[in-house]
Amino acid sequence: MDFIYLNNQKVNIPENKLEKKLIEFLREDMNLTGVKNACDSGACGACAVLVDNQINKICFKKVKDVIGKKILTIEGMAESDGTLHPLQQAFIGYGAVQCGYCTPGMILTAHAYLLKNPKPSRNEIRYALRGNLCRCTGYQQIIDAIEAASVYYVEEPSG
Amino acid sequence: MKDNPKYWRNDAYAKVTGKAKYTDDIKQYDMLYGVPVYSDFVHAKILDIKTEKAQQATGVVRVLTCKDVPGTNRYGQIIKDFRIFADDKIRYNGDVVALIVASSRELALEASRLVEVTAEEISPVLDAEEAMKNEVFVHENHGTNVINHHKIRRGNVEEGFKQSDIIIEEKFETQFVEHAYMETEAAVCTLRQDGVMEVYGSMQHPFSTRRFVAAVLGVDLSEVEVIGTPMGGGFGGKDDTAAIICARAALAAKITGKPVKISYRRDWSVRESYKRHPYKVYYKMGLSRDGKINAVRCKIIADGGAYCSVTPWVTWRSTVQCCGPYVVDNVHCDTYGVYTNNVVTGAMRGFGSPQMNFVIESVMEIAASKLKISSIGLRKKNVVRQNSTTITGQVLNNHIVSMEQVLDTLIENFDYFNKYRKCSFGKSDSDELYGVGLAMCYRGMSIGAEGVDFNSAIINVQKDGSVLLETGIHENGQGAESAMILCLSGELGIPKEKIRYRRPSTSTIPDGGTTVASRGTLLGTSAVVNAAKILKEKITDVIGNILNSGADKNLIFKDGKILGIDGKSITFEEAISVMYEKRVYPYSFGVFTPPMIDWNEETGQGNPYFTYVYGAQAIELIVNKKTGKVKLLNAVAVHDVGKEINPGMLRGQFYGGMAMGIGYGLFEKIKIKNGRIENLNLTSYHVPRSVDLPEMKALIVENNDPTSTSGAKGIGEPANELMAPAVANAIYNATGIRYYKLPVMFEGDKNIKDSVNKK
Repeated sequence: MDFIYLNNQKVNIPENKLEKKLIEFLREDMNLTGVKNACDSGACGACAVLVDNQINKICFKKVKDVIGKKILTIEGMAESDGTLHPLQQAFIGYGAVQCGYCTPGMILTAHAYLLKNPKPSRNEIRYALRGNLCRCTGYQQIIDAIEAASVYYVEEPSG
Repeated sequence: MKDNPKYWRNDAYAKVTGKAKYTDDIKQYDMLYGVPVYSDFVHAKILDIKTEKAQQATGVVRVLTCKDVPGTNRYGQIIKDFRIFADDKIRYNGDVVALIVASSRELALEASRLVEVTAEEISPVLDAEEAMKNEVFVHENHGTNVINHHKIRRGNVEEGFKQSDIIIEEKFETQFVEHAYMETEAAVCTLRQDGVMEVYGSMQHPFSTRRFVAAVLGVDLSEVEVIGTPMGGGFGGKDDTAAIICARAALAAKITGKPVKISYRRDWSVRESYKRHPYKVYYKMGLSRDGKINAVRCKIIADGGAYCSVTPWVTWRSTVQCCGPYVVDNVHCDTYGVYTNNVVTGAMRGFGSPQMNFVIESVMEIAASKLKISSIGLRKKNVVRQNSTTITGQVLNNHIVSMEQVLDTLIENFDYFNKYRKCSFGKSDSDELYGVGLAMCYRGMSIGAEGVDFNSAIINVQKDGSVLLETGIHENGQGAESAMILCLSGELGIPKEKIRYRRPSTSTIPDGGTTVASRGTLLGTSAVVNAAKILKEKITDVIGNILNSGADKNLIFKDGKILGIDGKSITFEEAISVMYEKRVYPYSFGVFTPPMIDWNEETGQGNPYFTYVYGAQAIELIVNKKTGKVKLLNAVAVHDVGKEINPGMLRGQFYGGMAMGIGYGLFEKIKIKNGRIENLNLTSYHVPRSVDLPEMKALIVENNDPTSTSGAKGIGEPANELMAPAVANAIYNATGIRYYKLPVMFEGDKNIKDSVNKK
């Protein structure tokens, strides 16, 4: 049977789900409602999740497009005991959350970006967020939070 | 990670983990789905709505139209003209003719194409000024397309113009703007076993929603319970339309006996929901050579769209504040809200002030330039100060009038004068033109003479000393609940972690009015302070003796303890335990009623608001001559907020408001062609993105306001109402081109490029 790795768990995909929209599969079948559909047209980034560590807006994707791949949603960011990832903690600590509707997509977009570039400038962070809309914050405190959390992505020098 | 411990909100954990359940995330057993049906008409007399085919489609349970409404199909907050379902006419392209209720959203969508509307087209009226001629009526029963006419009659404007050395006379126009809350409208309704209709919805006014639902169902208010649900933004936009959507879901739930969910697609949301009013403003100002403003005459015409909504209130604020924060002795203002067949317009953050601030703060700079004096000097010559009399005859003497303090703080921190000297004014050796611009305003707090204004809070201390708090203020995403908790934590001297905000319900607390008008923090925290005062008195009555201070009322609540005057103390928990032993509930109900206001509708004179806030914002930018692109470099805002309650969220209001104001000034616009909206999604409606915006700075001025018991005032709207004029002034100082129409980049990069090169 086809499967995906969803938040580090192997999930079998029945054949009748392959044609389903991925966002609806996650929200309805997996009950992962942190992924939001705010425009259904790839404009806003509220539906962004990581697919094999790359950020993806999934409102156009179907389940069959991600077979065998690793998916990380906002529900998979914290530890299983509820301990927050430092990036999530930073969103709280820097006042980056208001209505919260863009927040899962923002955190995941920032996470994917920091995995690639752990020492970004503020302008680079700003550019990395260009695909995610937020109507509440003016992005200022979101950028503050990502900048502060970036130190947790720098790998320790070896030896 | 080292956090700022003050940067906190009670729902942040749920929101960063995806656990926060918004309305569309709610699932109920055997739930049905509702989908609205629109017609292609803009203005038409309905002859027939055929629903039979849709009714027979797979999965369809019911198709609802106006005939199925047991209560009233016509409702509204001021004029009851909103149609829950179109009945006599289609009045705009967003009118809903039917609701398909089916076992899944997909099946409902499919069936929605099968509803047939037969109607006789009427030539639509799409311009507010045209509509005032009353050649075509939007609402025949109203007798005119004019919804309201507000006036200011002060002094003698003709005398004022005669005394003037220069006259500025200009026409300004502004655009339709979409709120673009990230979460679209949604509702889940269930008819409970006790017969009460339970409503979960994305709306910013649970009590207004309850009135809509009860009216449509034809039941008492007590038979509807609206329950607060995490909400993905409102910005004023989730009142009437959101309430109507809840009412339709409730109707479907009542008729089918099953839970019903309606969750809007973005294009439905943009098509149907009300927008910010476009204004046409004819503005004439006369000034003496020394810069004194002698007279202002203005005519304001607001496109109210197809239904009244809150147009009379929005345009009332524009009237009251039609001269900005300046003293003018002779004012004649006529403001009209007008029905058209365009999309409905209503409340949006700023509520009639962003339009007028654009006009006034542009005119001030035009006048300064004509008088060859500094625009700052001109502003200071006319600015309201302590004990000044406003254009409505109100003496500003009950709070600290800090307009000048705010402006000076901005000028200093932004380094305005040095930057102003470097502006290009249309001339530059390189491709880049540099400019800075600023704007300032005052704003009457809360809803003013628009309506009844009071609010309450309930504090219910449990046996273990933990506290349940609720107020009549709604969490729209702005952090209202957190502000209330932090305020109470300070009042009782207990950690914020000991306080839980009760899940809000219209059945547990009295109607506290709308969570709009930047009134949440002011009205909410003031009610919390009053409730805390009553609670502390009750505690003092019981434990005063124990602390050996007799009937002394001066107990101190601090650090989780209650201290008497002679040094004895007990913990808050111990005190509460004693309260229960003595059979006195540590429970209080506090009300905040602001000072009275008065208004004469005929003369436009009176005290329209009980207090004011003061703000100023500046922006620095570069215009590229070759491409017409505008690059924003830096923006600073200064606001007197009375008293800071939640530092992180307060700053968030500054930044978010500035961002929305920048979008309004530069590029946001709902494009309507022949009554139909062309940019129905976020792909074509330009909400500011991270890369469109500059780094922003928030500077807070605190002058505790004696009219509120907490000292706090509001920030939501002031933060949003200044960037458009600041941007327009900065563009002028860069290019030498004055824009009289918003958005400045009405054709994107093109129009700036063309006009710079034409010059």
